[in-house]
Amino acid sequence: MLGKSISKNSLILGTFAIVTAGVLAVTFLATRDRIAAEEKRAAQKALTEIIPQSRHDNDMLEDVWVIPESQLAELGLASPSSIHIARQSEQNIAVVIPSIAPDGYSGDIKLITGINIDGSVAGVRVLSHKETPGLGDKVDLNKHTWILGFNDTSLNAPETDDWKVKKDGGHFDQFTGATITPRAVVKRVKQTLEYFNAHKAEILGNTDESI
Amino acid sequence: MSQFKEISVNGLWKSNPALVQLLGLCPLLAVTGSVVNALGLGLATMLVLVGSNVAVSLIRNTVNEAIKLPAFVMIIASFTTCTELLMQAFTYELYQILGIFIPLIVTNCVILGRADAFACKNKLLPSALDGFMMSLGFMLVLLAIGGIREIIGSGTLLSNMHLIFGESARAWEWKLFGENYKGFLVAVLPPGAFLVAGLLIAIKNIIDAEILRREKALSDKPVKGSKRVRTTGQVA
Repeated sequence: MLGKSISKNSLILGTFAIVTAGVLAVTFLATRDRIAAEEKRAAQKALTEIIPQSRHDNDMLEDVWVIPESQLAELGLASPSSIHIARQSEQNIAVVIPSIAPDGYSGDIKLITGINIDGSVAGVRVLSHKETPGLGDKVDLNKHTWILGFNDTSLNAPETDDWKVKKDGGHFDQFTGATITPRAVVKRVKQTLEYFNAHKAEILGNTDESI
Repeated sequence: MSQFKEISVNGLWKSNPALVQLLGLCPLLAVTGSVVNALGLGLATMLVLVGSNVAVSLIRNTVNEAIKLPAFVMIIASFTTCTELLMQAFTYELYQILGIFIPLIVTNCVILGRADAFACKNKLLPSALDGFMMSLGFMLVLLAIGGIREIIGSGTLLSNMHLIFGESARAWEWKLFGENYKGFLVAVLPPGAFLVAGLLIAIKNIIDAEILRREKALSDKPVKGSKRVRTTGQVA
């Protein structure tokens, strides 16, 4: 009696599992291409915001240099990542380097930094952060234009020692009520520039696209 | 007909999931920083709740007591995942903003609650309506909190609506206090959500008390009146 009810119930639940899995499979297949396209569009949008379409003619999404595992720590990255390279008629124009500032006010601040071949900053964007709304979240371009202040700076302009927020005696503004967030971003952008300087030849010489 | 009316009144007011049952508070408090977020999560919840109520109602005679809950959870989970995929495909930026709260719809007690308390005992149409009205009641509260927090916190209303309705909706944004409004921070932060939600519950209780008082006054009157008719012969 018990055995019978168990087997009947399992049969019903099993049928359920198959039906719901089927529904999921159909939805997944129906939306897969569109989701992939949306993800690509979003990634592309972030890249072309820093390096406009007019400055390069390659597919930056595909033209990548995979960061060796030993160098990930220099950018604060935890998972495998790649540097995107912009080229115009085979000439290197700029790179876009992902990095993470771990010392924000609350958690990681994910950045991408666009650096021109001459070492100047093409642009910095915050991809994701958990900073305080209204204070630290001004690093987000949607909230404030502060992040555009990095444009055209480089390791020598301002002077290397001035790569700090004003409160620490440096060049960059902080926000009222929030110093920690800008300090973390400035520090990471500086480190990213230093990383690019140190590994420039490596990054631009090898453009292995097979990965 | 009266059953449908009762279902509607229950969902929207009498047992409103957010204000009376206090279910689903986690997303309610977490994503109501702006109207667009509230609307996004409200619509996603509606999709899942109506879908799961319909499915549960359809299978209510097949499942017995022993396997009821696992079957419901399976249904709800698959509807939630479908909704997540659809949002990812059609409103990708909103999907990124709402993030973890879309998969978390599966844990929203309103949904399992309605499946267990209503849909598994009722026919298809009432169940569908119950799902719709309950989620509509939930969404209206989300929108109210989202609207109030957006106005006080950022000084705008209906900003970023293009995330749901496409580029033409970008112009819907309404700056109430001009460009230079600094924003009242506490409204955007989590405590603001608690404050506004508490305020709405208080307002609802005041209105309910007032309705009750009037009904009582109304039901008291005829007794008095009839007495007076008998004793004085005058109609009040």
